[in-house]
Amino acid sequence: MNNTVIVRDYIIPADDFALAGEASSSVRKILTQLGVAPDIIKRTSIAMYEAEINAVIHGHGGKAHVEIDENKIFIRISDEGPGIADLELAMQEGYSTAPDSVREMGFGAGMGLSNMKKHSDILNIDTEVNRGTIVDITVFFNKP
Amino acid sequence: MTVEELAAKYGYKIATGSNENLKNDVSGVYACDLLSHAMAKVNSGDAWVTVHTNLNVVAVASLTDAACVIIPENIEIEQATLEKAVEKGVVFLSTSKSAAHICHEVLSALEKGL
Repeated sequence: MNNTVIVRDYIIPADDFALAGEASSSVRKILTQLGVAPDIIKRTSIAMYEAEINAVIHGHGGKAHVEIDENKIFIRISDEGPGIADLELAMQEGYSTAPDSVREMGFGAGMGLSNMKKHSDILNIDTEVNRGTIVDITVFFNKP
Repeated sequence: MTVEELAAKYGYKIATGSNENLKNDVSGVYACDLLSHAMAKVNSGDAWVTVHTNLNVVAVASLTDAACVIIPENIEIEQATLEKAVEKGVVFLSTSKSAAHICHEVLSALEKGL
């Protein structure tokens, strides 16, 4: 890879599980083509998919913005949903506000945010009730 | 052991899967119905056993590079899921056996070095 920055933008549709994961899937394909190490691709896929699914389930859909350079991938998932009232509580594994309809599909285990934290190198969440949530995920290709 | 060989050995039905994807190598098995947990834990090459048959299973199987998805107890697979699986190259197998039974079979085959 050169210093070329690859930039991609995706729309994440609200409540549409047919398209949920498409952005993550597309990014995974790009990283595979770039020859990024499989474990890094896996970490990125997990963190991004969780953020994407959260935007579908909780955020009334949103946007994904991705920048890839030779050292890292930066992912911003933003929505204009209800925001997270208590981020510290939401970060706790097992805590979930997902409705039953979503739980029946196998989500709502309260692992989304902790999965994002575990599988990213930098996770920054900017959220405000009634304004929305911005999740910034960075994964480095080579650990310093 | 390929997905095709596994299906033939234990009589799993191939619900969907192209010739190419049926040649996926099965190197492990993982059973879990919590999608976030599966997302983090399914290894590339695993046969993933789950009772869920919704569209998100295809996304998780695809993102984790699972060798195949195995649906236990003859649970009917949603049509939209099968269509999405074809599009994403994800193999779905189906059987009347329980998840525990399937895990036992896959592990036995792997232990025998099949």
